[in-house]
Amino acid sequence: MRHTVSVMVENKPGALARIASMFARRGFNIESLAVGPTERPDVSHITLRVDCSDRSLEQIQKQMHKLVNVLRVQELPPDEALERELLLVKVAAPPGKRAELISVAEVFNARVADLGADALIFEVVGTPEELASFEELVRPHGIKELVRTGRVGLARASARPAPRRLAVLR
Amino acid sequence: MKMLGSDAVLRSLEAEGVDVVFGLPGGAILPTYDAFARGTTVRHVLARHEQGAGHMAQGYARASGRVGVAIATSGPGATNLVTPIADAWMDSTPLVCITGQVRTTLIGTDAFQECDITGVTIPIVKHSWLVQHVAEIPNVIKAAFHIARTGRSGPVLIDIPRDVQEAELDFTYPADVDLPGWRPPKRGHAKQIKEAARRIARAEQPVLYVGGGTLNADACDELRELAEVGGLPVVTTLMGKGAFPETHALHFGWPGMHGPKWSNWAMNKADLLVACGARFDDRVTGKLAAFAPGAEVIHLDIDAAEIGKLRHADVPVVGPLKDVLRDLAVELVRLHAEGEGRRPDAWIQQIRDWRAEFPLKYAPGRETLKPQRVMELLQDMTAGRDVVFTTGVGQHQMWAMQYLLCERPGSFITSGGLGTMGYGIPAAVGAKAARPEATVICVDGDGCFQMTCQELATAALEQLPIVVVLINNGYLGMVQQWQNLFFDDRLSHVHLTHQVPDYAMLAEAYGCAGFTVSAEDEVEGALQAALDSNRTSVIDFRVDPQEQCFPMIPAGAAALDLIEFEEGEDAKVARPL
Ligand SMILES: Cc1ncc(C[n+]2csc(CCOP(=O)(O)OP(=O)(O)O)c2C)c(N)n1
Ligand SMILES: [Mg+2]
Repeated sequence: MRHTVSVMVENKPGALARIASMFARRGFNIESLAVGPTERPDVSHITLRVDCSDRSLEQIQKQMHKLVNVLRVQELPPDEALERELLLVKVAAPPGKRAELISVAEVFNARVADLGADALIFEVVGTPEELASFEELVRPHGIKELVRTGRVGLARASARPAPRRLAVLR
Repeated sequence: MKMLGSDAVLRSLEAEGVDVVFGLPGGAILPTYDAFARGTTVRHVLARHEQGAGHMAQGYARASGRVGVAIATSGPGATNLVTPIADAWMDSTPLVCITGQVRTTLIGTDAFQECDITGVTIPIVKHSWLVQHVAEIPNVIKAAFHIARTGRSGPVLIDIPRDVQEAELDFTYPADVDLPGWRPPKRGHAKQIKEAARRIARAEQPVLYVGGGTLNADACDELRELAEVGGLPVVTTLMGKGAFPETHALHFGWPGMHGPKWSNWAMNKADLLVACGARFDDRVTGKLAAFAPGAEVIHLDIDAAEIGKLRHADVPVVGPLKDVLRDLAVELVRLHAEGEGRRPDAWIQQIRDWRAEFPLKYAPGRETLKPQRVMELLQDMTAGRDVVFTTGVGQHQMWAMQYLLCERPGSFITSGGLGTMGYGIPAAVGAKAARPEATVICVDGDGCFQMTCQELATAALEQLPIVVVLINNGYLGMVQQWQNLFFDDRLSHVHLTHQVPDYAMLAEAYGCAGFTVSAEDEVEGALQAALDSNRTSVIDFRVDPQEQCFPMIPAGAAALDLIEFEEGEDAKVARPL
């Protein structure tokens, strides 16, 4: 099962290394990871994507909780959370093909971020699934380079307040 | 008050009430050593190897219940501390390690004796700091001690660059810590405790499975109260040894790979296991799927991450064990008064019968000295004395577990989780520094001895006398045993010889007393002489190299499938319990 975990950490040197090391050491695999600032300058947010059993997820959460720099750990269940990702893709686009590509892109609200003689760069924001479909659509045109940020997530404004499971044990 | 960073380190240690630290100087930590020279109330014990300093700090912590402190220089000094840090991590020993680091201007340049020790130790510390500014020193040290001893205790590391030690600050020691992310549980859930008590009252075959967490939590009196009001049998793990008096009628030995059959049977035929600060280690459970298959589990621990890590807990209680065990006992008394449940007397009798039926046994020596006999005599001669035992790792450690009866918390100090050969001697030196009035005895193997015997010099010169009971079988005995049992007797690189080195002579070279004993009738005399000498002494007991440690649950086997001592007609029943 894939899970998204939202982690608030103190913005201190080594905080990310400690989390990454804990995953590596306990044999958990990180599928994607996005780190960035939050509304508080002393706090960073990490969105982690892991593929593991529910039981491992519980271990991950508890082990992360013990890290001194970790302030909050929360699973983001798909139906209670909003997840977005940014993709940049450089696609081969000889002048004759450009119009076709751009019209495909419009469906996904993709923006043309840069235009060269024989290639262009699209910028797309969406759910990770949307980005995957977009990627498939432009692939036949020839992807020269592609980067994705990894997903970021927040519990929905309408969702019940979390965390829950850990509260029982602590 | 204005002072140097190096002085601030010592003023902070003093403010924490530290009376003794263990270390060895070098370039990057020189300013702090100069601060020692300028004056402090903290005693510094000079080890001969930083690993020794680290294990001394661990021995000190285990014997005293306080935080141990080890100090080393950068690079190789710091990496020499890695083994004690890993050991303290596995056994949850509160430890503060302070290392020097190259100047901040040189960090990252592969400068002389630069090593990223905070990076190296990330997976084996609770937390660590690379101090960047001198003004951080008091807060970091305050936080370090707080983290090391609160929650599940363990090691922390403070790496201080040389120029930070040399810079000036305005020193005040903080009254509080500011650690928003460190919130160890403060109390157990009352409902869960009630539920746990109900299940204990109802159980017909309960067992208290007591681990080192009980000692760390200083919860031994509360444990005893619970066991006594409930009439509950207690088994203590290697790490929990000493948490419950071992001559008590409710103590039933030690579970696991070399635990007696009755202890493992009690665990595995139980209908309720109450794990107190224990973590279902594979050396205790054997094959996990076959471990205590009929038992419900109540798991009491300060560390939520231990709950359900290996074995599902039917009733988890996360909190400080001292309070949790006390509340459990109170609740159990209440339930009994209401007529709910009763003491499992028939079950206790059953375990007693198993103990009578399957005692520890060994073949008495004809021409050879048996290590078990040495342990029996050591037990007899130290019974009733205020003793602290430490051990190395191997067969001798397991015999020490089986044959020495520990009555008090902190009286058995061993490397359980990491199984670190060489732990015994320095841990004994540290224990002696913590408990000068106690007789400190290291039961060591000949292999282990050779890993850290340089600390005999520390013991001799620092007036920290210990007695080393060396079980010299001439082999890396435990490895030999595995090669005999599981590799068709193909011995591969395990022979050390009885004679080289000459341990008694080596002891004397280090300024200690040395004895060599190869006959049973000399054992008591030598022990008496060593115990009376008040000097650091090494007794080289040349024991039977063939002797194997039984019973044994092979790694990965079910706990009930144990290999037992093969009985000849001359089998001797070990000291009755
Ligand atoms: C540092 C270290 N290296 C290797 C081992 C593996 N090991 C476990 S027990 C043992 C033999 C110990 O020999 P000795 O000290 O003579 O004790 P004995 O088993 O003979 O009583 C070894 C090599 C270990 N536990 N620790
Ligand atoms: Mg040996």
